[in-house]
Amino acid sequence: MSIHDLELAFQDKIDNEIKIEPKDWMPEAYRKTNLRQISQHAHSEIVGMLPEGNWISRAPSLKRKAILIAKVQDEAGHGLYLYAAAETLGMSRDQLVEDLNSGKAKYSSIFNYPTLTWADMGAVGWLVDGAAILNQVMLCRTSYGPYARAMVRICKEESFHQRQGFESLLVLSKGTKEQREMCQDAINRWWWPSLMMFGPKDSESTNSDQSMKWKIKRKTNDELRQNFVDMIAEQIKLLGMTLPDPNLKWNENRKHYDFGEINWEEFWNVVKGNGPCNKQRLAARNKAHDEGAWVRAAAMAYAEKRKNKLKTKAA
Amino acid sequence: MNILIKKFYYGDIPDGASENEKPNTHKLSETSWPLWEVFMRSKQGLDHKHAGSLHAADAQMAIENARDVYTRRQEGISIWVVESKYIHASNPDDSEMFYEPSEDKVYRHPTFYDLPDEVKHM
Repeated sequence: MSIHDLELAFQDKIDNEIKIEPKDWMPEAYRKTNLRQISQHAHSEIVGMLPEGNWISRAPSLKRKAILIAKVQDEAGHGLYLYAAAETLGMSRDQLVEDLNSGKAKYSSIFNYPTLTWADMGAVGWLVDGAAILNQVMLCRTSYGPYARAMVRICKEESFHQRQGFESLLVLSKGTKEQREMCQDAINRWWWPSLMMFGPKDSESTNSDQSMKWKIKRKTNDELRQNFVDMIAEQIKLLGMTLPDPNLKWNENRKHYDFGEINWEEFWNVVKGNGPCNKQRLAARNKAHDEGAWVRAAAMAYAEKRKNKLKTKAA
Repeated sequence: MNILIKKFYYGDIPDGASENEKPNTHKLSETSWPLWEVFMRSKQGLDHKHAGSLHAADAQMAIENARDVYTRRQEGISIWVVESKYIHASNPDDSEMFYEPSEDKVYRHPTFYDLPDEVKHM
């Protein structure tokens, strides 16, 4: 079969909702796009542990501490599911980790914002995980089998993340004046970065939309962002708080909420590495990796030694 | 400020979008842990089913890591691990020759046989 025939057969499978599996033929660009996206997703889970890990030792109660530990542990697990999916596309785990640590690979910019108060833990769970879930639910139906399976597992676990975040803010919203102010402040700081998580506007696109054609993605940035705004604009009423956007308003004609313009200059600055915490996050990852080197080496040496012992016994 | 915006999706930032990109400084000289496939029985009476894969130095560590990664919510009560290099798989290119012969053998299914309604318990 010529490349052209293979491509036609490949697109035919996609159009008929047949998943692509690791050993199947796939266009090089499909492999690359998936590898880049899955690895960025994995890195986001791993770096995403940092802003929350920051609060484990300072959680206000044992209950909140246990919840936060469980959530951070989930994120480590999600990173591992996704790394495993990325590896099926032919890149080694070592290379994936290396690309994150060297700054070559990207992760979601949202994790380059600092978590300043306890209320940020609630806002991150509700807004950041809420935004991530919309994307992840869509990705459960993505065309690459290993990615879709990882996402199904992740979605099952992720919903607790958002619920605990909202519940945590709900408690603050019914607390003292100081707690209510803290709650509103966290929402103010996390709202716009959460909207930025969905990426540039559809209208800014000059590229043809290959990801949609290949069903790697099934909804555009703007569609997902609108879903998110509609969802949050209703939920915030229950908190008795407000979103920091004077242009946020129900549009009866569109049956959607209208909202203000995102600060795209800030968006690109953070993507380019100039966000509040970019350097700190990478430094933390590198430190952990370097300081763990002896553990990895020791485990390998121990396994080797035991293997040799078994061999000697058998001989 | 004139910024050229190229479209990409959440979780899909194009290569080279960073100004601070550093060249790879670390060497990939460390010996890496081998890859293992994990199979789990979710409850007594069911088969072990493929759950995913992970890296570990040896079988014991693979089982312990599988416990942490795949059973945080009581998803399993028994774990098998096998080093991925020992798994042999059929080739998708052969699937026509391999699986199609069973397609035209409808008589292997009970629904192929038309029986009168009066026949009970069959």
